[in-house]
Amino acid sequence: MSANQDGANLLEVRGLTKVFGTLTACDHVDLNIARGEIHALLGENGAGKSTLVKMLFGSLEPNSGEIFWNGQAVRITSPGVAKKLGIGMVFQHFSLFEALTAAENIALSLDDGSPIGTIAAKARALSYSYGLPLDPESLVGDLSVGERQRIEIIRCLLQTPQLVILDEPTSVLTPQEADKLFETLERLRAEGKSILYISHRLEEVKRICDRATVLRHGKVVGHCNPRKETAASLARMMVGNEVQAVVRAPAEGIETAPSLLEIRALTRKPATPFSIPLRNINLNVRAGEVIGIAGVAGNGQGEFFESVSGEVLQHDAASVRIRGKDAGGLTITGRRLMGAAFVPEERLGHGAAPRMKLSENLLLSRHATDGKVFVGAGGMVKGGAIYSAAQRIINAMDVRKSAPDPEAAALSGGNLQKFIVGRELDRRPDVMVVNQPTWGVDAGAAAHIRQALIELARSGSAVLVISQDLDELFEISDAIAVMHNGELSKPLPIAEATFERIGLLMGGAEPGHAEHTLETA
Amino acid sequence: MMRLELVKRPQRSMLFSALSPFIAFVLTMIAGAIMFALLGVNPLNAFQIYFIEPISQVWQLHELAIKAAPLILIAVGLSVCYKANIWNIGAEGQFILGGIVGSIIPVLFPQFEGPLVLPLMLLLGMVGGAAYAAIPALLKTRFNTNEILTSLMLVYVAQLFLDWLVRGPWRDPKGFNFPQTIQFNESAILPELMPESGRANWGFVFALVAAVLIWILMSRMLKGFEVRVLGSSPRAGRFAGFGLNRMVFFAFLLSGALAGLAGISEVSGAIGQLQPVISPGYGFTAIIVAFLGRLNPLGIVAAGLVLALTYLGGEAVQSALGISDKVARVFQGMLLFFVLGCDTLIHYRIRLIGLAAPKLETAPKLEEAR
Repeated sequence: MSANQDGANLLEVRGLTKVFGTLTACDHVDLNIARGEIHALLGENGAGKSTLVKMLFGSLEPNSGEIFWNGQAVRITSPGVAKKLGIGMVFQHFSLFEALTAAENIALSLDDGSPIGTIAAKARALSYSYGLPLDPESLVGDLSVGERQRIEIIRCLLQTPQLVILDEPTSVLTPQEADKLFETLERLRAEGKSILYISHRLEEVKRICDRATVLRHGKVVGHCNPRKETAASLARMMVGNEVQAVVRAPAEGIETAPSLLEIRALTRKPATPFSIPLRNINLNVRAGEVIGIAGVAGNGQGEFFESVSGEVLQHDAASVRIRGKDAGGLTITGRRLMGAAFVPEERLGHGAAPRMKLSENLLLSRHATDGKVFVGAGGMVKGGAIYSAAQRIINAMDVRKSAPDPEAAALSGGNLQKFIVGRELDRRPDVMVVNQPTWGVDAGAAAHIRQALIELARSGSAVLVISQDLDELFEISDAIAVMHNGELSKPLPIAEATFERIGLLMGGAEPGHAEHTLETA
Repeated sequence: MMRLELVKRPQRSMLFSALSPFIAFVLTMIAGAIMFALLGVNPLNAFQIYFIEPISQVWQLHELAIKAAPLILIAVGLSVCYKANIWNIGAEGQFILGGIVGSIIPVLFPQFEGPLVLPLMLLLGMVGGAAYAAIPALLKTRFNTNEILTSLMLVYVAQLFLDWLVRGPWRDPKGFNFPQTIQFNESAILPELMPESGRANWGFVFALVAAVLIWILMSRMLKGFEVRVLGSSPRAGRFAGFGLNRMVFFAFLLSGALAGLAGISEVSGAIGQLQPVISPGYGFTAIIVAFLGRLNPLGIVAAGLVLALTYLGGEAVQSALGISDKVARVFQGMLLFFVLGCDTLIHYRIRLIGLAAPKLETAPKLEEAR
């Protein structure tokens, strides 16, 4: 152990183990966090990061192992205990009431009866001193995701923690917003506070973290100084072997290729007070190309996907056209029958029914398009046919599972995503629309999915990928458009696109894309 | 400070899921024994009278089938609703409307006889039940009303409508002012299966056929898949292109039609005329049957027989021991209570959160110690 200077460590974890049924999510994990350091917790999805952090924050109870806080053995039985000790946490998924103001949300979590005005004043002062300006009187529903994260951070800092845990904080930020956050983190470190920083973005970790602990399959596989490592060596520690790089052959002759998916002046009113309206979106996806849509989460991507997939119908049938025919008035089944395929963002509960077998989940999106193969006379499902088709997809996509035909919920996120993407690829669709193709998917599976999408495009299909992961979009797209506040920018050809330019568009630097409208109209 | 918390189990035990109805049954027996003891009756003796004697002779098995038939018919329909996460609580009303609409021919056209009468009556019964079930479906899809409330309230409307009919316009003019319709003619009576051994009629056959058909629908057909997807994950169902509103109508019309069939079968089989009350709460008891049978049509057949026995047993203890036949309701209630309780404990475990206050105190002390 490198850090044996007792007392120097704010937090020490010895042999922490958590077992869920047959799965050992954390297996004798050791972790030391010194005072005044930014400590990275690295690992693929499913490596046990979240489980470990939940035990540190008292949301889960460990099966065995010890936690030392300032050298004293402690039992963290609830988040309340963690807060009393001085551990604060900023979650990946925010827990804020949209209909309340920022100050009211903070007051709810403090729960100490201090008047709202005092809390608002404190929050305002704190937010400015840390360079995270925040108006405590504003309604959460009106705030951007980045601003909501500030509320979470301020709420956490108001409790004057000595250790702040941040779970994938930059996944919802533009590159410029992320830079701001890093400044704040560095200031906290200078004050002697410790930060446990969970991420799978290696460049970030190299940039701001002092030490890193790498988890793989619930076990600690190494401690290192990320500044002395390369992104590739860190990735190797996380994954355990080399990840195959995605190969993107240049798309040839796409200028003359026909548009298989056309979006024309797509407009949609907000469905709820807190959802984003779509404003005059225009886009062409031609045969053979991959178009990426970047953007900070919650800028209308979900609404856009629903409109394109046909889960929500359009008033103007010509606003969505598939293979040259109007599809705006057709349901998702009708659009599938025209040759389109869709992969939604949420896997469990949207792209797949959690408690159903994989073979049944195959039927979910293909009962109509492959009706003759899977459904027999009188509406009887052909169990043998869907089973063998499911096995074909499982083999093609290298889906790892514990039973021949398990329930969707029994698969890891990455493996389920491989199955859901494979389910659509298996149809050889002419148009493929994917929302967050590799969200929460481990590096190996992500590379597999990305490669498959590129190959689908190169074989003559139109592929539209909506993603928050800029690295991913740069890896697979032929052009990148940016969605901001329900508007879509003109696609930038990949040769002209830089992180900087896309980042500015994501922050809304170029609102009103009138030029684009004129051009495609 | 102590408090109870339900913590979701990571895995459901398949063994206990299967055993749950049986555990619930045993628990009901234990609680029932305590109840009988408190009533001053020897529990063993009471059980003998309640559960064994009512099915010790062949004619009594026929009575069991008569009671079980409507329960099974209604419950298999409800199982489709509940699998689709649609809560039809008004099967009792659909049962009554099925009975009323099915009786139009024998009451208003008693001179119409022949082999066509009965099939037409059964068909009308199904139409009546389905039409009555369409009301909460329409209200739900149009105005987003809560179907639990609307379907339940319509039960009372149906009960009072039947009461009005048999006391008013449909009363038998030669019936000495008794509130009932004329006796149905011979061709409007549902035939008995084996008249030489007991009264059981074709209603029981309908129930078994319905159970098998619904089982095939739910486990083998695309429509059943649609029901299960929309019930368990509506968003995935929408992604699949299945319409939730269409499903609301499908589930209500199907369960309404089966309840209506049960209603007309009861009226034309067991009763032979309309009376102010034609159901001892079959529509509500069928909810228990549906859950005791794990929403599986074949399980529902078994559960229907068990619940039918509670009716017979209630009558038996009333005549033999002088205990109110409300005891049947108590047994039914306990059975549902224990089934739901067992199911909850299969999905969740109870955690005692005790003495949280001292633990909170230790934390600051540690800080002070430094």
